[in-house]
Amino acid sequence: MTEKVLEIRDLHVTFDTPAGPLEAVRGLDLDVSAGELLGVVGESGSGKSVTFLATMGLLPVRARVTGSVLLAGEQLIGASAKQMRSVRGRTLSMIFQDPLSALNPVHRIGVQISEMLRSHQDLSASEADKRAVELLDIVGIPQPSDRARQYPHEFSGGMRQRVVIAIAIANNPKVLIADEPTTALDVTVQAQILEVIERVQERFGTAVVLITHDLGVIARVADRVNVMYAGRNVEQGTIDSLFDHPSHPYTRGLLASLPRPGKQRLKPITGFPPNMLNPPSGCAFHTRCEFAADICKNELPNLVGFGDLLTACVRARELPKSESFA
Amino acid sequence: MSAELLNVTNLVKNFELRVNNGARRKKRIVQAVTNVSFSLGKGETLGLVGESGSGKTTVGRCVLRLIEPTSGSVEFEGQDLGSLKFEELRALRRKMQIVFQDPFASLDPKMTVGASISEPLIVQGVPGDHTDKVIELLELVGLSADHAQRFPHEFSGGQRQRIGVARALALNPALIILDEPVSALDVSIQAGVVNLFEDLQSRLGMSYIFIAHDLSVVRHIADRVAVMYLGKIVEIGEQEAVYEHPTHPYTKALLSAVPLPDPKTERARTRIMLEGDVPSPVNPPSGCRFRTRCWKAQDVCAQEEPMLTVRPSGQMSACHFPES
Repeated sequence: MTEKVLEIRDLHVTFDTPAGPLEAVRGLDLDVSAGELLGVVGESGSGKSVTFLATMGLLPVRARVTGSVLLAGEQLIGASAKQMRSVRGRTLSMIFQDPLSALNPVHRIGVQISEMLRSHQDLSASEADKRAVELLDIVGIPQPSDRARQYPHEFSGGMRQRVVIAIAIANNPKVLIADEPTTALDVTVQAQILEVIERVQERFGTAVVLITHDLGVIARVADRVNVMYAGRNVEQGTIDSLFDHPSHPYTRGLLASLPRPGKQRLKPITGFPPNMLNPPSGCAFHTRCEFAADICKNELPNLVGFGDLLTACVRARELPKSESFA
Repeated sequence: MSAELLNVTNLVKNFELRVNNGARRKKRIVQAVTNVSFSLGKGETLGLVGESGSGKTTVGRCVLRLIEPTSGSVEFEGQDLGSLKFEELRALRRKMQIVFQDPFASLDPKMTVGASISEPLIVQGVPGDHTDKVIELLELVGLSADHAQRFPHEFSGGQRQRIGVARALALNPALIILDEPVSALDVSIQAGVVNLFEDLQSRLGMSYIFIAHDLSVVRHIADRVAVMYLGKIVEIGEQEAVYEHPTHPYTKALLSAVPLPDPKTERARTRIMLEGDVPSPVNPPSGCRFRTRCWKAQDVCAQEEPMLTVRPSGQMSACHFPES
């Protein structure tokens, strides 16, 4: 087993809302190995973004976060603001869906990259500027030395996302978290950005956590995948095993609901995602699960080894074998 | 294919853009849709795909005359919409409806669901009490009668989209424009709404123009597909021909860029990486608009605009060097 760079154990995140406490993440375990590309899939409200905002220490103070997040051995939960500032952008970086709001509109691109470099490394201004141009070149921006002197509004959406990636990898972080980085982009531009992310991962050995709702994106770039539902991990494994023989009923349902060539009728998952103010008892998926039994209402399932997958379903062993989606 | 319901010919829509550049003001023209022609049969579904800025939404809105086209004609059931008086157009509008992308924005939060669904009936002056009709419509889209008294915030995204569909169905339209109707929904919810569109069509026989950027969903639902790039249709034809044998390089690149939910296929695929972004519609390239990103482009592509031409697999495409 390769070295773990990020270990999340029993993470809970609760928000106090006017309607009562809302537990967005409910006991999540997750590992990221050095240099791997881990996909995290889940629908809106499954807690996938909140998990990694908590990891980055970017949640509002009213959020209650408990559990353990170890980044290369360093505990991030309960860390001081000063400690988090030194971690963010140096060993752990995050990019988001909307690259425009991640960039400062009144500063040149090059300045924004060198600012990131100089806040963590002892570099002269000219060294940092030179390095900024190199980074723009790495992420595939043509004429990088000219482009470094331009402002964000002079870049297209895809180019802005490349700039944000350049800033995120400036200090060669161990882990890069990409939260829906291509959702706002057109499909031909998405293909380019995914290639940049893969290139960064291979060239610098950066572990990448790719958060997405698109199982096609996962199938294209990920090594392993974690499936989240209602604030918990319900299944994880390599993409080949997960697509070939998904074991959790939610994973099966997701894969079966996608349109594929051929005109067979689509198979939706019945019902709708749970209200997290009042999640179902036991396994949160039991209200939508075609295999649910009484035990599912009472017992909160944990991830258990099932073949080459880890599956959080008490009935996983009894269920009929799933069709293959690979 | 049965009789044509809709004939769109040489549709053009230019938007005027006022650029305030410090002291000087300039006027620029955004060529959102340029010479788009297509037809739609009764009970047929035409998929309209393309990236942002390709003009697919503008085409939909020009068809309904929610915006006035710059030129070109839209014939609906043999009547040229441009020649109609306001009252005549209004009467015809009951046969043409639209469902929008965002089910959160398209419903009035202060109106009960029942009031939202019956509003088109009131607007069009349908006499009588609409309670029974509302219940019938709610049940038609998979909701129940007691939902009529509730407000939009009490519903999930998928349910709200069903309410939007019920409202569109209220006047028994012959054409519904579905503008990205499932893009805002979660994956597990999308499938149910797509099935609903198919069921309604087989029961009620209306035609759809399905506008989407998700090529897999369009492949599933559409009979024919039109691929748009920078305001023009670059390829149009039967769904299977376009997806199995794309002849325009852009169609081919677009299809190859869509990630498929199957790791083995993904590893085996050869992808065509397009360079750069879609150019600005303010100043589109001369000749073939795709030439600046096309790996096959020659001098002729800059000089001569390719016309839509029938290809061996049956569809039409506009390219000087079509894929075979």
